[in-house]
Amino acid sequence: MDKMPGWADAVLVPLISLLLAAILSALVIIGIGEDPVAAFKLMVDGALMRSSGWGYTLYYATNFIFTGLAVAVAFHARLFNIGGEGQAMIGGLGVALACLYIPWPNWYVALLGATVSAALFGAMWALIPAYLQAKRGSHIVITTIMFNFIAAAVLNYILVNILRPQGAMDPATARFPEAAQLPTFQDMFSTAETAMFRGAPANVTFFLAIFMCLAVWVLIWRTKLGYEIRAFGQSESAAKYAGISPVKITVVAMLISGGLAGMMALNTTMGEAERLVMNATEGAGFIGIAVALMGRSHPLGVLLAALLFGFLYQGGAELALWTNIPRELIVVIQALVILFTGALDNMVRMPLEKLFLASRRKA
Amino acid sequence: MDFATLLQVLDSTVRLATPLLLACLAGLFSERAGIFDIGLEGKMLAAAFFSAAIAAITGDVWMGLGAGILASLALSVLHGLASITFRGNQLISGVAINFLAAGLTVLIAQDWFSQGGRTPSLIGAGRFEPIILPGTAELAGVPIIGPIYAELISGHSILVYVAFAMVPLTWWLLYRTRFGLRLRAVGEAPEAVDTAGVSVVGLRYVVVGICGILCGIAGAYLATALQAGFVKDMTAGRGFIALAALIFAKWRPWYALYACLLFGLLQAVALRYQNIDLGAFVVPVQFMDALPYILTVVILAGFVGKAIPPRAGGEPYVKER
Repeated sequence: MDKMPGWADAVLVPLISLLLAAILSALVIIGIGEDPVAAFKLMVDGALMRSSGWGYTLYYATNFIFTGLAVAVAFHARLFNIGGEGQAMIGGLGVALACLYIPWPNWYVALLGATVSAALFGAMWALIPAYLQAKRGSHIVITTIMFNFIAAAVLNYILVNILRPQGAMDPATARFPEAAQLPTFQDMFSTAETAMFRGAPANVTFFLAIFMCLAVWVLIWRTKLGYEIRAFGQSESAAKYAGISPVKITVVAMLISGGLAGMMALNTTMGEAERLVMNATEGAGFIGIAVALMGRSHPLGVLLAALLFGFLYQGGAELALWTNIPRELIVVIQALVILFTGALDNMVRMPLEKLFLASRRKA
Repeated sequence: MDFATLLQVLDSTVRLATPLLLACLAGLFSERAGIFDIGLEGKMLAAAFFSAAIAAITGDVWMGLGAGILASLALSVLHGLASITFRGNQLISGVAINFLAAGLTVLIAQDWFSQGGRTPSLIGAGRFEPIILPGTAELAGVPIIGPIYAELISGHSILVYVAFAMVPLTWWLLYRTRFGLRLRAVGEAPEAVDTAGVSVVGLRYVVVGICGILCGIAGAYLATALQAGFVKDMTAGRGFIALAALIFAKWRPWYALYACLLFGLLQAVALRYQNIDLGAFVVPVQFMDALPYILTVVILAGFVGKAIPPRAGGEPYVKER
């Protein structure tokens, strides 16, 4: 059977899905008695019209790039890693331990060390579900969900009982030393005359996220391992026949995925809070699902989708500040994006395919 | 621990196990028919909000229950549309439903009541009141049996009894009726059901509907019986604990009851005692919180008896041409 052209599949289908999600979101806003056009203007003003707004947008986007890449890598091996949230939590623990207990000389060595630690901790948290899936056939979606809850309990225990400084009330670690604090965009781009990105949390981790996009692209499309991951994702039996070990690919893909999710904590923990707090992940692990689906599991797509969600997050905060629309609107939009780009994908694709085939028949 | 405390813990076990049990049976119907449902949480949450909201507005808890069931059913239809009609990924659809419910409930609650995403507290006929079973007064004088009857068996809301009655009903429906046979078959080998001339799509929609109704009752119970009103994210992972219980029970109704009672007991103990001092060491409350999930992973790992899901679970059915 004929297929529709690749560009339509990669660009048109997500765009139509996004449009549907946007229309429904607008209806929701009308439903609660607000003006969607004014709301959108406010979001654009707050998120994109000032450098500090951009500072927040890019900060959120950094989180979503990491978790989006994490979900995307797993998707390539046809694994649904819903445990990005838990892996990022444990990754945060890795960041905190590295920052608190190792005397780093300066921030870039600290960033390097903390990156390794975050990735290792995140990967470690993905290892057991990966192993159980590969060796014992336990469904990875269920095990990673369970591991999200276990991670929350573990982190809660460690923060309350072990890492909390004496006399402190809130469950959080002590502040990281000076040498383990990352430069923000404000430090990096402000000149003596004009302050840029004032007060915004975006920091150097953003560039690390961009670099990881590139690295994931190289991994998936330019290495033997990436080829094996894709082959396994396309057809397990064919991959097996070609001598690719399903156990190895499942475990390795999940380790990479968990590592990427763990690295997300660098941004919130080392870059922003400068200590590990209880809710350091801010739900980014789940948004990674929406980002990967919308980005069609391609690093460039993930980058663009992460920027979009960064905009939605910052814009949503502005809405909550200035109007009666609560921040939960973003959760609704996120749900609609997951619904249309993920679950109802065929609803958009089928008619579009018919349309393309019909037009081709005429020509 | 004295007898009165023990009774209180067991009493709260029953209360806390009820929403788990309803959601677990909901999941059981759905997954036995081959539709994975990780959206139990979202459906319960939506039902909790709409039942509390309508009960608060009308002052009638039965209207609330109806609204809760309808809200949950609406999400079920969405799940059916995505996973049956459009043959999408059932897991992704479940995730979307969870987020949709989490966002919409707060959004609508804020719009309707302006109380920071909660409903007004329910009073009087807006709540399910405990039912005192006949004989409580007569048995009150009898030692041991009297208090057990009064605390543990009598004095729950009607929905608790509904939930427990659902267990034998589910068993009967699943194993003793033609519908149940087809339901189980459609989860194992849908092509066989299709060959026999039974509509796979129709059967699966019915089952997704049953799942919605049960989740609706579970959510309504949370907001109108266990507590008096809706607060943001009030399901607090119960949908996932129910899912864990379902796996723990290996997709069987009676075992679902035991699993839900066990997980309810864990919640009741964690609620009553923060850290449990066993003398040699202290069991932290976080461990109690995590225990249902840890147990489920152990069961899934197959070290203690293997949990094998229905064979056609998660796979959309495509008719051969």
